[in-house]
Parts: sequence; structure tokens; C-alpha cells
Amino acid sequence: MAWSREDMCKRASLELKNGFYCNLGIGMPTMVANYIPENVNVTLHSENGMLGIGPFPLLSEVDPDIINAGKQTITELPESSYFDSSESFAMIRGGHIDLSILGALQVSEKGDLANWMIPGKMVKGMGGAMDLVAGVKKVIILMEHNAKDGTSKLVKECNLPLTGMSVVNMIITDLGVFEIENEKIKLIEKAKDVSLEEIVSRTEANISS
Amino acid sequence: MNTSSKIYNTTKEALSGVLFDGMIILSGGFGVVGIPENLTLAIRDSKIKNLTVVSNNCGVDSFGLGLLLETRQIKKMISSYVGENKLFAEQYLNGEIELEFSPQGTLAERCRAGGAGIPAFYTKTGVGTIVAENKEIKNIEGVDYLMEKAIIGDLSIIKAWKSDTSGNLIFRKTARNFNPPFAKAGKICVVEVEEIVETGSLDSDHIHLPGIYVDRIIKCSSYEKKIENLTTSVGK
Repeated sequence: MAWSREDMCKRASLELKNGFYCNLGIGMPTMVANYIPENVNVTLHSENGMLGIGPFPLLSEVDPDIINAGKQTITELPESSYFDSSESFAMIRGGHIDLSILGALQVSEKGDLANWMIPGKMVKGMGGAMDLVAGVKKVIILMEHNAKDGTSKLVKECNLPLTGMSVVNMIITDLGVFEIENEKIKLIEKAKDVSLEEIVSRTEANISS
Repeated sequence: MNTSSKIYNTTKEALSGVLFDGMIILSGGFGVVGIPENLTLAIRDSKIKNLTVVSNNCGVDSFGLGLLLETRQIKKMISSYVGENKLFAEQYLNGEIELEFSPQGTLAERCRAGGAGIPAFYTKTGVGTIVAENKEIKNIEGVDYLMEKAIIGDLSIIKAWKSDTSGNLIFRKTARNFNPPFAKAGKICVVEVEEIVETGSLDSDHIHLPGIYVDRIIKCSSYEKKIENLTTSVGK
């Protein structure tokens, strides 16, 4: 039994340490916020210009002027602050954000990341992803281990256009947790009831354990 | 209109004499939050064309910059993300509109730099990606950076919450976003606001953008403030 999406988010939430400033990407990474342990105090950054993202509002509380980077309506917290986009990305490129969790199409053994463009399909844009991976102290990828057609998303070399070179530190998939060190992927934790053999057979990249 | 004042009575007046075909317009906002929705309507009605528009996004269908797609006034967009707009995709795939992708932080910094008299800067963002194509790479103390050039617009249209009569601005929550850096990078900056107050009634320590960056102010009474992705804690 591989991990469910909820299991993956819970596992990712353990990487959020007390006092961290974190940026969570759109989609599954945003859901990690729901599993942050109660005794861990983290401040969530939204690249459109906010620190201290609160929960989604009740319908009666919706304010069209407060959104996250996924354009979802959100609320503020007592510690929240607002700033402009150049200030927001100064926080990112200046290395002030401790952790970013993002999705991916492919991650290579060297930690190269492809997550913004599939040639031949309509390209929507990279948004803030290239800035995040270039500037944030630690980058964790949260993704399904295999694409819908079964191909491995952990690859020897990315063949999709890159978001950044040698930028990924950790990958959490439905099969386990991996770290990238010295251009090698190391398995550090297997999902419940998943064997090393299964992981190896479903992975294109070389994995050490 | 008080002739010595920055305050104008209509969006059309606020844009008079500054619009021309082929100009570069910086348009504030993120998604459709903090966009100059009324000034955008006035630009549509002006019928100027062949515009290069710098904006993080291109509005949504039939709102914000999406309106200028309907009238085919935009020749080129410089953006970081254009995903929410079917008409944009259609015009792009037909070759009717040019698109330059700039990573979001790079886009903000290119405008901040433009407004600060800095012609270019080096950043790690985009090194090793297609964004780095045809750009200078410089190794500084062992790390590769790429050079990004500043952006200066012929006109910035921005949205703030409040202005005083001197043009000192206060933004509201995440509606600030690209508005301040875009204001700084426009040769002329026109701001639309929800409220104009007397100079002296805002706390000088709490001004988000000093009036030096603001040339013209228009108070608009109507704000649609569309929500792209209504998400609530008790379901949609």
C-alpha cells in the first residue's frame, strides 16, 4: 500500500520546523498546511505579498482583497503582514524563506527540477516557481512517484524544460522519501508496506539506500 | 479639475494626452486582485492599439486585461503566468499575440530596478532554463547569475485603496502586489483609488507609496472586485 495524498501531506508537514517561514506551492503542497502539528509554529508566505496566511474564510468573511498565490480567498492572522511583489521576492531571492514545497513533472538525480512546461501544450507560465527554487533555503518536491501513464517522475536527466538546475533537496512521493546529496538520490524512508524492489522497479533514476 | 492638482474627475481625463499606439503600459495587480479595473475600461474605450502590456497575469475572460484581448489592442504581453484566460491561449496559438515570460520575482525586480535607475541586475532565478537564453551569464564568487534588464513603461496604471490629495498611497491587503514597483517604473503613473482623503489625514509613517511616484489620481465609485477562486472553510 503506497501512501495516500493525505499521508504524503502529513509526511511533508513533518519537515516544517518550529519558527520556519515557508512557501507552499499550488495544489497538493497548499494542503500540507492542514497537517502542521499543533506544537509547531510556522509562518506561511504567499508570494503575492503576504506573510502569515490564515485559514480559508467562512462565506461571510470572504474579502476579495485577500488571496493566496493560487488566487484562493484566505484570511489574515494577528501576525500577518502585507508587502509588495518586489519585497516579497526579495524575501525569496535573499534566502529568507526556510522552506518551499512544490509539485513537479520530473526531478533528476542531480536535483534538476521540471515543473512548469510541457512542450506542445499551452504554456501557462512559471509564475514564481523559478524564483522560489533559486532562492529558498530548502526545496521539497511533493509529487506522485509515477505519471498517469506510469513513467517515472524521478529520472536520470529531465527531458522537459527546467525550472531550476540542482535545486531540489528532498522528494516525497506516494512510495517514500528521498534526499538528493552530491548529485545522487538516496531513499531515506519507504511508505508503509512498500518494498525497495517496488520502488526500484518504478523508478528510472538510480537510487541508493 | 483643479489645475495644480493631481486629481482628475474621470478615467478618460486622467488618461488624456498620455495614450498612443504601440506604447508600453504597466498594469498592476495579481490575478484580478488590485487591478486598475476602471482605467483598463478607459484604455479599451480609447481604442489605442499595438500595446505592449506588462502585467503578472492577463486578467480573466471578459474582465481586467481580458477586455483588451477582446478588442485585440494588445500586441505583446510580458507576464509570469497567463493560465486563466481562454482568449489569451487562442490568440497566442494563432500567432496574434506575442508573449514574453518573465519569472514573477524577476518581473517585479525588473520594474523596481527600472524605477530606481538601475538598468539591469544579476539573479540566480532562471539560470540553466530557457529564461536564460540569449542573456549574459556572470560568475560571481563561484555562483552563476544571469543578467536581467530593467523595464520602464510609457505609462503605469495602478490601483490603490486610498490616496491623499498629494498622491500618497495606501494599499489594502494583498491588493498591493505589483502596484508599487509598477508605479515607480512608469514615465507617467495614473492611480485609481476607492477613496481620496485630505492631505494630512493619513499618518505619514504609514504611507505605502509616496506621492512622488504618482502623477494622476482618479477616485472610482464602482469596483467589481471579481473573485477568481472562491474558497471557504465550509465548502464553496
